[in-house]
Amino acid sequence: MSANETYISKRLFQRHLDSVGRARLPEWWLDTQRAAWDAHLGLPHPGPTDETWRFTDTEAIRLSGFEPFPTADLLGALPAGQLRAPAPVKPPPGVVYCTLNEAIAKHADLFRAYFRARPAALGGEKFAELNAAFAACGAFLYVPDGVELTTPLFARHVLNGHNIAAFPHTLVILGKNASATLVEVFDTEYGDRLLASGVSDLHAASGARLTYIGIQNWGRQATAFHSNATSVAQDANVTTLNLHLGARYARHESHTRLDAPGGRAEILALTHADANRRLDQRTLQTHSAPDTYSNLLYKNALRDTSKTVFSGLINVEPDAQRTDAYQSNRNLLLSPDAEANSLPGLEIQANDVRCTHGATTGGIDPEQAYYMAARGIPPETANALLVEGFFEEVLGKIPERPRAPVEATLRAALARGGR
Amino acid sequence: MQTLEIRDLAVALAATPETPIVKGLNLTVRSGEVHAIMGPNGTGKSTLSKAVAGHPDYTVTNGDILLDGKSILKMEPDERARAGLFLAFQYPSEIPGVSIANFLRAALQSRLGENENINAANYYKTLYEKMDLLQIARSFTSRSVNEGFSGGEKKRCEILQMSMLKPAFAFMDETDSGLDIDALKIVAHGVNTLRGPELGIVLITHYQRLLNYIVPDYVHVMFDGRIVKSGDKTLALELETRGYDWLKPAPQPPAAS
Repeated sequence: MSANETYISKRLFQRHLDSVGRARLPEWWLDTQRAAWDAHLGLPHPGPTDETWRFTDTEAIRLSGFEPFPTADLLGALPAGQLRAPAPVKPPPGVVYCTLNEAIAKHADLFRAYFRARPAALGGEKFAELNAAFAACGAFLYVPDGVELTTPLFARHVLNGHNIAAFPHTLVILGKNASATLVEVFDTEYGDRLLASGVSDLHAASGARLTYIGIQNWGRQATAFHSNATSVAQDANVTTLNLHLGARYARHESHTRLDAPGGRAEILALTHADANRRLDQRTLQTHSAPDTYSNLLYKNALRDTSKTVFSGLINVEPDAQRTDAYQSNRNLLLSPDAEANSLPGLEIQANDVRCTHGATTGGIDPEQAYYMAARGIPPETANALLVEGFFEEVLGKIPERPRAPVEATLRAALARGGR
Repeated sequence: MQTLEIRDLAVALAATPETPIVKGLNLTVRSGEVHAIMGPNGTGKSTLSKAVAGHPDYTVTNGDILLDGKSILKMEPDERARAGLFLAFQYPSEIPGVSIANFLRAALQSRLGENENINAANYYKTLYEKMDLLQIARSFTSRSVNEGFSGGEKKRCEILQMSMLKPAFAFMDETDSGLDIDALKIVAHGVNTLRGPELGIVLITHYQRLLNYIVPDYVHVMFDGRIVKSGDKTLALELETRGYDWLKPAPQPPAAS
């Protein structure tokens, strides 16, 4: 693929703009999408020498011939059982929970104040611009100051078909001392060649508490990019968990910004890689204020000939004294042919900080495998159980209510794996 | 009535098959019997139990192991376990993140057919009954298998698993090692509770101490890879007073070169 090749033709972008016009969305939104389209065209396809794409076979990412098609967005409360149909929800007054297009039409001021205000920008800008150019699906959540949502919310974005591309964009805004939980699933029921470029940006104002869980469960032939930026204000407390279960190639970027004293973030991810799938994760923890805390724990389980990349950086700015920042990437290799690449990193410009970073990669202990066999557990089941056990440390950091259905989804993906 | 028959068995480390550790051992265990195998360290007691349970580091170089007349040597360790063999480990592995309840459930599920599923309510009912019987607190089930357990807790966990999996034959490898007297009594209570006409037990132990609490039907003394003497429980008492040396076989004359 040449550097300036377009993934989606100008004709299809024009057709997208026509549909935006028919949906009677405002002119500023059309301008925003046009500007993003131009920016997308102006950026090169990532190349083998780009540091932010190290270990990724950028030439193997084939992106032509897709037609834009929005996901079906099902919004509601978190269901008790499977993460499919949302339960009905009636949010308290002042809370806005709606699709992206509805937010553009009805809550323009709020939307424009936060839309792409602080993007992740960890190398996938070309794909984030593409998202902004075509965004027509996704979820929007606004919780006003002081409102605590006790019911976890749920959004399911479904993309079914062949040679189609979706660009879900989710924006979460929590006011001062507000609290909310959002579980978001990106799902394919049927289809093969799919492209997805998603964005989930999260904003927690001072004293807010947010739990966000994103489950990437696209079809197994999908190429998927996702960009996540999280802003944590004074004394705010944010937990993010991203599960990577689907896609043939998926790249997830996550940038967490600790902006003010007392801000705390748990940054979690679980990856199940099997077959010849490629899963790529790039993270940045930016501490720009004193007395902030962030703890990143990314765990990857790899089977077959799968390959993962983790590249992470903790950046402590000069003013961010008494920062506590941790970064850990753990890889469990279930096959001798799987490959885990890990690039943990630290950049500390303050002198009074506590920071650690590290990565480990290892296989299953043969004595553990034998112990499970000696109880009659066949190797396939034993491996699935060991992976579940490996993931438990991360799941244990999630509140009970959203954890149960997330675990069920994960178990289903593990059972499906290796087939 | 089931039978486990060990015939002229020779076992070596897979890495060094020319150097056997067990060197022609014969033993027959029937349902309902409790056998104790005693002997000093390094005589092949643990190797015997690992070979029976199919540990991949060991290889059988001669002889056979028959369960109800059928050789198990070609069976994988998990197949042997499902066929009714159980090994209580001297040093049980830790499985972080996997609760005892989920672990046992997977082990039981693996004994069912493709389309059969464990009834969760019945499973927990049985599990709690066994735990009450073995005097184990309910909170035990949500802990990760053996992770951070004391020596006594690990052994109790082994016995709980044995009671749930209902093997035909159980090898208990140095179950008493590393236990204080209170833990030893609890473990012995567990074994005595499980003892019955359906279960054959082989206790492997270094000390006579355990046999004060679990009275065996047969006692065998192992030396240099073989059983050199068999008897009833009085043999254990004799060992207690006389030690092992009187049973030491006369040194073999060096092979002619």
